[in-house]
Amino acid sequence: MTKAMDITKLHDCRDAFTQALEELGATNPDIVAVCNDSVGSSKLGGFRDKFPQRLINVGIAEQNMVGVGAGLANGGKIPFVCAAAPFLTGRALEQIKADVAYSETNVKLVGISSGMAYGELGPTHHSIEDFAWIRALPNIPVIAPADRHETAAVIRWAATYQGGCFLRLSRVGVPDLLPEDHVFELGTANLLRDGTDITLIANGVLTHRVMIAASLLASRGVSARVLNMATVRPIDESAIIEAAAQTGAILTCEEHTVFGGLGSAVAEVVVDHCPIPMTRLGVPGVFAHTASANRLLDDFGMSPEAIANSAVTLLQRKV
Amino acid sequence: MTPRELRKIANRIRRRDLQAVFEAGAGHIGGEFSVIDILTALYFEVLSVSAENPTAPERDRLVLSKGHTALALYIVLAEKGFLPQAEISSFLQHKSRLNGHPNRVKLPGVETNTGPLGHGLSVGVGMATAAKLDGQNWRTFVITGDGEMQEGSNWEAIMAAAHFKLDNLTLIIDHNRLQQGAPLADTNNLAPIAPKLAAFGWDCIEIDGHDMSEICSVLSADTIGKGRPRCVVAHTNKGHGVSFMADNVAWHHKVPNEEQYKQAMAELEAAIS
Repeated sequence: MTKAMDITKLHDCRDAFTQALEELGATNPDIVAVCNDSVGSSKLGGFRDKFPQRLINVGIAEQNMVGVGAGLANGGKIPFVCAAAPFLTGRALEQIKADVAYSETNVKLVGISSGMAYGELGPTHHSIEDFAWIRALPNIPVIAPADRHETAAVIRWAATYQGGCFLRLSRVGVPDLLPEDHVFELGTANLLRDGTDITLIANGVLTHRVMIAASLLASRGVSARVLNMATVRPIDESAIIEAAAQTGAILTCEEHTVFGGLGSAVAEVVVDHCPIPMTRLGVPGVFAHTASANRLLDDFGMSPEAIANSAVTLLQRKV
Repeated sequence: MTPRELRKIANRIRRRDLQAVFEAGAGHIGGEFSVIDILTALYFEVLSVSAENPTAPERDRLVLSKGHTALALYIVLAEKGFLPQAEISSFLQHKSRLNGHPNRVKLPGVETNTGPLGHGLSVGVGMATAAKLDGQNWRTFVITGDGEMQEGSNWEAIMAAAHFKLDNLTLIIDHNRLQQGAPLADTNNLAPIAPKLAAFGWDCIEIDGHDMSEICSVLSADTIGKGRPRCVVAHTNKGHGVSFMADNVAWHHKVPNEEQYKQAMAELEAAIS
């Protein structure tokens, strides 16, 4: 449990990412950053100024960027390969598969401005397929932190983890949810609020929305548990099974298509181990219309009020 | 090692490759025979690598980007002690670590898993950059096919290598003029290749890719200039060494029947006696 969330103070998690990376870089000379002309959007200017030799900007060439990362890892470096998530995962998917996942190289893939963070720039710039694409590959943990403290914790974890991983970050401001000294554990969900009637599971920019939804549900007499599930693979099976047994209904919420992401990963566990009613909120398999990032989440039924309404509807399916 | 000694080794490797393809009933013998002289020169004369310590940080790196010719690499690695010679007979067998494409996780001496074309040069750029960052002198070599240069990702890597002044990186293009089903010239004709890389700022040299003296000379560290990556366009023949395979597009991944096997083996044996 954490202290009450202050939704008036929002933070861009990229700042936590670069601050953590610069701190790690100061003590570990093997840490390098690789990017695709995204020094600005990945907020790597500080890293570049502190360690100019260790910022490798390959230009607008994502396939090469990921391959270069794999080669740097072969040479003993710990590369953080940073790019806008849609181009990192979409353009360089085969490099991620062959050069990172299959070759088991120590490459940290950092997808910036993931989900629908680019809002009005449209579906070419949205990354709402990346959970599904990367989750289908062996050897690559998939992680979407929910606030600046979890982001910093994930970056610190990644620097010591031996192997590739995909870190899905956003630029959309989010309030603090986890304590400043949070320690990230791969594949372990965080219980942010306990409850007995239903479990709400989310990650990334959706976690604070489901926390507000849980408060709305409380005012309607519904006791909702909230799990922050940053790790989409390997999924926290025991937390899901426990939630199913103790609350009897699960609602997932993600900034991703409903095909193959967090909701699908949770549903796979539910189907295998603990069949109960579920609702999966997300982008319903369409290319998004023109709107801001937050407005798109609202439009796709993921405003706190809509989440609460979906939860109430789901409760009616409980046996 | 003298060119004659290297030729003898390459001939032995070709014979083992022929036998393995015949026994496995699969393989890419044409592209293997075009690259075997280059691989032999690299492993027996140029590369600083050791089977005793295959992950030594300061070893030279070799990336076989044309990963479908893995069998040739396996046989060379076996000659160098990275795996038992007898294991070659497990090529493509059930659960063998000698897959149709090389796997670094399973086989010591393999640096990165290749197979999809156009991956190796980017990985090589990363390796060479790591050496530069550490101020180390180890070198990186990447071998691609000529048809493989049609992959756009290679040209991303070519731009980067020149921009980063990676004079510790050497790209060897196995220019056998034939791709899977047709000549390069009839498919998407990149030739002449060297001027294109030169235009990107590479130091390009063209050689006879079956002449051991030329191969060793062009890969020697003494001949590398400062500040530019080197590209060696190695003019080769697909199926080199066997009369009915050489320069014949049908032998990209054809398997010899028993009669063809015996004739090819006899030709290779005659060439070295």
